[in-house]
Amino acid sequence: MAEEGRRKERIDRGIKIRTSGLYAISGWPELFYLIFPRFILIAGILSLPLVFSFAPYWRRVVCIVCIYAMLSIAFDFLANFVGLINLGSSFFIGLGGYLTAILNAQWGLPPVLSIPIATVAGAVISTILLLPCLPLRGIYFAIVSLMFPLIFEKLIQAFNILGGTNGIVGLDGFSNAWWEGYTIIVVTLIVLFGLRRLVNEDVGLVLRGVKDNDQAVKASGISVTFCKALAVFIASGIGCFAGAFLSHLYMWAGLSLFALDFSIMPIAATVIGGGGTLVGALIGSFILVPLSELLRSFGTLRVVFYSLVLTAFIIFKSEGIMVYAQRKYHQFERWVKV
Amino acid sequence: MEILFYGIINSISLALMALGFTLVYGISRVPNFAHGALYVFAGFLTWIILNKLGLPYPLAILLALICSALLGAVISMGVLVRIRGMEMSEVIATYALGVAILEGFRWAGFKGMTYTLPPFFKGSVQILGVPIDYQRIMVVVLGVAVLAALWLFTRLTRMGLALRGIAQDERAAMMLGIDSDFAATIAMGIGCALAGLAAVILLPLGNIVIEAGYNVLIFAIAVCVVGGLGSWGGAVIASFVIGFAQILTVAYIRPQFQMVVALLAILVTLIIRPSGFFGRQKELEERV
Repeated sequence: MAEEGRRKERIDRGIKIRTSGLYAISGWPELFYLIFPRFILIAGILSLPLVFSFAPYWRRVVCIVCIYAMLSIAFDFLANFVGLINLGSSFFIGLGGYLTAILNAQWGLPPVLSIPIATVAGAVISTILLLPCLPLRGIYFAIVSLMFPLIFEKLIQAFNILGGTNGIVGLDGFSNAWWEGYTIIVVTLIVLFGLRRLVNEDVGLVLRGVKDNDQAVKASGISVTFCKALAVFIASGIGCFAGAFLSHLYMWAGLSLFALDFSIMPIAATVIGGGGTLVGALIGSFILVPLSELLRSFGTLRVVFYSLVLTAFIIFKSEGIMVYAQRKYHQFERWVKV
Repeated sequence: MEILFYGIINSISLALMALGFTLVYGISRVPNFAHGALYVFAGFLTWIILNKLGLPYPLAILLALICSALLGAVISMGVLVRIRGMEMSEVIATYALGVAILEGFRWAGFKGMTYTLPPFFKGSVQILGVPIDYQRIMVVVLGVAVLAALWLFTRLTRMGLALRGIAQDERAAMMLGIDSDFAATIAMGIGCALAGLAAVILLPLGNIVIEAGYNVLIFAIAVCVVGGLGSWGGAVIASFVIGFAQILTVAYIRPQFQMVVALLAILVTLIIRPSGFFGRQKELEERV
């Protein structure tokens, strides 16, 4: 990489220290430096339904992107802040989707009630189901999490319950497209900034401790399993909301909610966007999902495409877009003699 | 009697499926989530060589096995060597590659029930009043033969001993001049060839379908987890346990539950004894 005798030195910009660590902002430029990236992100996402107001299809895609973005943020949170690699995000989608379908289509609750209830109930159910697996780490948790959507899919097929292979139809849709678009966008932003705040609080510190050295956490008298359960509850709640929203969007809940797309796309989005930043996961899905939407006519080739992109990123650029961008924004580099 | 025979056949099939996975994991500690994809890859490749190129069957099998071994080696050299030791990246990369291979075949139009490999010998025979076709007998014979060959390979040849050395203590083996990356590549090659071998032995019993890739991966993981990851004896015993459990479920409950049995076996084992019931490697603290 670097030539003999010199290396690249990275130093934080002074403005970064003043705006991120200390919050000792002393003027408009520093305020601008702090707010500008966030403003671009929020304004950009909020304006999407307006931009696509004459293209209903792409407005729908924006909703789908937000659903994937929430899944990706949940994946990033679990993987990079708690150390649980979840290969089965589609389990959350499926659980939320089916729950809201039961509540709405069979019990007749309106979406305003059925989505929140499905979110909370789904989070509780997945936390209880995953609770026995939480002592596992690394690939062992990955294996188990890969199993869950498959097990549910097989069970629904085998018992022919919940509509079997046909799924549950007749869910209420959203009354108008603005409502539909802005609900999911606002919730996505709340999830993003809420989780960012959470991981910088004390709880987040403990969670990171669980990832890096759970013996130390245990030694401090904090229950590791409780921390993991809490994280799973948050992440699965996010996933279940996405699933509930999705099945109301399609007015249908079926076995394809457990599909592979929902499991592998969040992983790809997180890796490409940059793991451990949360924003990266969102940006990754805003890149990948529209791309795969454009590739829809190629059928399953798009799965091949983003699997390969994912592998390439893991090998060659494992830091991801967002980490790279943050580095460039916050630090300057110079060559120094060794 | 029927349950006994078919249980044995099913168990040997599971052992064949799992062998490549446990070999790769045992030697290089890489969970090869692309295992099932390699299985399907070998099956379709044999079909293509047999039906499109018109080569004789044994030659087709040989070529398919060589190709899957090469693919495994390429994956190892191109991808896995670069991300060694990063567990999360290994899982994601191999899983993504496996998905890419499987969905690539689906995109290329290899779906439906139309792809079959011919059995090695046609016909069937009655053993103690149970009709068993020759292919299933071949499964048992070849399965035992492969197990024996692998056992001999790892104990008698230089290469096999080197692989075991890496598996037992990587640093000590490296000090004795065994190249760890090279060993990992060889292991991956052999593991993928074993996946291919399992495919050509087992696929004549049914159709080649994409979904088999995911199923085989789950069966392989189930066997390895129950037996203890990286332990070969455990894997064989576990494949008998799961094999008979599956046959019993098919006979007495419902055939759809075959997969659920494997999944439950994984869950229960990981929850009760994460190192597997026969795992000898002391890495409990690493897992839990």
